[in-house]
Amino acid sequence: MIKMQKQGPNRARISGGVAEALHHDSAVKHVTGGALYVDDIATPPGTLEVYIAMSARAHARVIRLNVDAVRAAPGVICVLTAADIPGGNDISPTPTEDDPLLADGLVQYVGQALFAVVAVTVQQARAAAKLARVDYEELPAIITVNQALAARSYLEAPYVMQRGDVEAAIAAAPRRLSGRMEIGGQEHFYLEGQAALAVPGEDDDMGIYCSSQHPSEIQHTVAHVLGVARHAVTVEVRRMGGGFGGKESQGNLPAAVAALAARIARRPVKCVYDRDDDFLLTGKRHDFRVDYNVGFDDHGMILGLDVMHAVRCGMSFDLSQPIADRAMLHADNCYYLPAARITSYRLKTHTQSNTAFRGFGGPQGMVAMERIIDEVAATLALDPLEVRRRNFYAHRDRPDEARAVTPFHMRVEDCIIDDIVAELSETAEYQRRRADIRAWNSSSAIIKRGIALTPVRFGISFTKTFLNQAGALIHIYSDGSIHLNHGGTEMGQGLNTKIAQVVAEAFQVDYARVKITATTTGKVPNTSATAASSGADLNGMAARNAAETIKGRLASFVAEREGVSANDVQFWPGCVAVGGRVFTFDEVIKDAHMARVSLSATGFYATPKVQWDREAARGRPFYYFAYGAAVSEVAIDTLTGENRILRTDILHDVGRSLNPAIDKGQIEGGFVQGAGWLTMEELVWDEKGRLLTHAPSTYKIPACSDRPGILNLALYDRGVNSEDTIYRSKAVGEPPLMLGISVFAALADAVASVADYQLLPQLDVPATPERILMAVMRIQTG
Amino acid sequence: MMVETPTTAKGSHADAVATASVVALAFSINGRHCAVETVATAMLLDVIRDQLGLTGTKKGCDLGACGACTVLADGRRVKSCLALAASYDGADITTIEGIGTPDRLHPLQAAFIRHDALQCGYCTPGQILSGIALLAEKPKDIAAIREGMSGNLCRCGAYPNIVAAIAEVAGL
Repeated sequence: MIKMQKQGPNRARISGGVAEALHHDSAVKHVTGGALYVDDIATPPGTLEVYIAMSARAHARVIRLNVDAVRAAPGVICVLTAADIPGGNDISPTPTEDDPLLADGLVQYVGQALFAVVAVTVQQARAAAKLARVDYEELPAIITVNQALAARSYLEAPYVMQRGDVEAAIAAAPRRLSGRMEIGGQEHFYLEGQAALAVPGEDDDMGIYCSSQHPSEIQHTVAHVLGVARHAVTVEVRRMGGGFGGKESQGNLPAAVAALAARIARRPVKCVYDRDDDFLLTGKRHDFRVDYNVGFDDHGMILGLDVMHAVRCGMSFDLSQPIADRAMLHADNCYYLPAARITSYRLKTHTQSNTAFRGFGGPQGMVAMERIIDEVAATLALDPLEVRRRNFYAHRDRPDEARAVTPFHMRVEDCIIDDIVAELSETAEYQRRRADIRAWNSSSAIIKRGIALTPVRFGISFTKTFLNQAGALIHIYSDGSIHLNHGGTEMGQGLNTKIAQVVAEAFQVDYARVKITATTTGKVPNTSATAASSGADLNGMAARNAAETIKGRLASFVAEREGVSANDVQFWPGCVAVGGRVFTFDEVIKDAHMARVSLSATGFYATPKVQWDREAARGRPFYYFAYGAAVSEVAIDTLTGENRILRTDILHDVGRSLNPAIDKGQIEGGFVQGAGWLTMEELVWDEKGRLLTHAPSTYKIPACSDRPGILNLALYDRGVNSEDTIYRSKAVGEPPLMLGISVFAALADAVASVADYQLLPQLDVPATPERILMAVMRIQTG
Repeated sequence: MMVETPTTAKGSHADAVATASVVALAFSINGRHCAVETVATAMLLDVIRDQLGLTGTKKGCDLGACGACTVLADGRRVKSCLALAASYDGADITTIEGIGTPDRLHPLQAAFIRHDALQCGYCTPGQILSGIALLAEKPKDIAAIREGMSGNLCRCGAYPNIVAAIAEVAGL
């Protein structure tokens, strides 16, 4: 026992608590090559590898599949077809049952898994797969958005959100305009491809080590495919080499194939996608066509908006329904729309089944709204920033009932976008630079500059309300060391670091005392995906609840022993204070163990307040909103369309940051990824449905030299979450991606300078050099 | 009819593996002599990862375009996924495991941590090896670092911090 002065502990602060800018918990392992990804795990002797053979047709019946020669090839152990699946031949992430593990008589995209070859090495498996004989009977294939719209090829009935009389509002508006925007998809290009290792155990047991944002779903899928109870399957994820949404549902296929192979071969089996195969097999960000008709007044106030989203979903649902829904839920971005209707068509095409990608439909909805604002401003010859500000939702502190309701009838109660935009436009000198750029452009014949400030408002919560839950498990061992586990997964976003900070803060112990362990379905069951930016919000709360349970037991134990009330027990940095006495944390843990106090607890959290009536398209799908804004300045070469981002200034709201270093990394990275989607990342399919851009040689993601020459980034220092989130922080994973829209809008501004800002050129996403050049030529030729 | 594999880039290589002859190679890996027998068509990356068990070097694209597999061969940057192992017989190879240890970090490794120049970490070993080779080339300014590092992709977008870490070690 340590006697201490009554007034307080001997140090003010633990090391590594909440709000400290700690480095990523794996940083040392990352820089020394010691961090293990799935393909780095030392495999048991006899581990086999599996290669997934793919369909060469976009839409066809498989008349005959003869794999005799494959089976006879060197190194081949077995060949798996649909007939070999003991359980269900379905890996859909939602109960739609439209994603077969292995095609059974029908293929619906070029790249669909047709059969799998298990061999000693994947090179042998790949070589053997080429010996299969496949006879196809080709069927008509629908590849593009426009083909699917024309054929009314819908996955489900069109879905509508509406508030007010849209026709009447637009008809009565003093001004109207209409337009169309095509928005391309985006390949995730996580640097670590999809990977899974399946290790069979006794009875029906199957252990899976994989790179997935959703271990519980991998568990459910593997159990379903093998025809065993979920308790037989244990899934472990230590880390991913990037996820970005691409490992929310797309990890099901490699894990299920590896597990099926392991069950049949009775040996461990690894499935690691080659980069080109990853491009061909997996879904991407949804490409959209957005048609719009907007009514507004002479001041740029929007009076009515009618928007149509045509969403290319691919061959199956996957997560398309909630993604297309979220696009609609962000079709307003930061702007109050007195009357609005959003109609969404979920198109079935014979292409990869598009899936979650950071923003989950939100970016597509939002970029179209920003485009509409820019067109309204151009029509009225107003500064687009002025039009933006006039249309913002009512400010949190200046409630205006008339300007606070979204098209889905949710009241926006936490809007601070005015403050962020005011501060950013000031610090980035938006007005001065805009004037300077216009003057500069008038004397620059070839190179033109553009500038734009765009805001972001992003809804936080899964729109499927039941997913807003999380669990955690904490053990304190008798030496005082803490073992932390939670349902979230680490994909580089620093989730584990943040949750360990939360636990350290709760116990008032140093961060170094908390050991972060791999996510496993054996410790925390029935988890939701680490997605929707929810990782820290949900798992942080669950972990804190687990810690509070143990603290409650410790307090009761110490209070009873010392003859005081449990309310008089306080957790100070590294110690526990009761009355005038202070005990070290280690001492309390040791004594509690000897006194038979449980030192292990689970924690659970379910987000309050959210409810969503999808049928009626009404409710509160989001607990709160995250806000941010960016100003980008670009330069284009009007002879070639080549372009550069000269400078970007960002001000982003993360509430009270759990970890400013990690939050800034998320914001920078999100911006870069968003700008990549909008300017350079272009997916091209041919008329046969073959993806032509399936490697970094043909699909370009931002490189070091593409980032802005100057990047000024600040966290909004007055940020605090209005809702009672974990230490009043805000989610940060997805919202910053949409800061990239400022680059797209700035490019359009630069092109508009060619015709002296008399009109805003048509510009689709991505604004590649080719598209920019074509836009320039269109206005030059009138 | 044969399966028309949608990808063709690696088909011929894979076919060759099955029939290729075995060659005996000797390298210096991270200062240690090392003899391996491998198929003549083996890539340096596969020898490093699968035969030498040094998994710090990553496979990102297998096309020499992402930089995750970067190692140093006689001090120069090499994308080991495209480097025929047999061409490096006798070479002095350095991988991330030879740069520093958690207790004795190379200055660039320490700078990467200090500047939070990583997120998911998958590209980090390649970034560091590329950065070390670039430092030896004495970049004269930030623009030279940005250009010199543009062969190493980071999908998490940690570029500002990667540049800052290298610039600090370069004294810029």
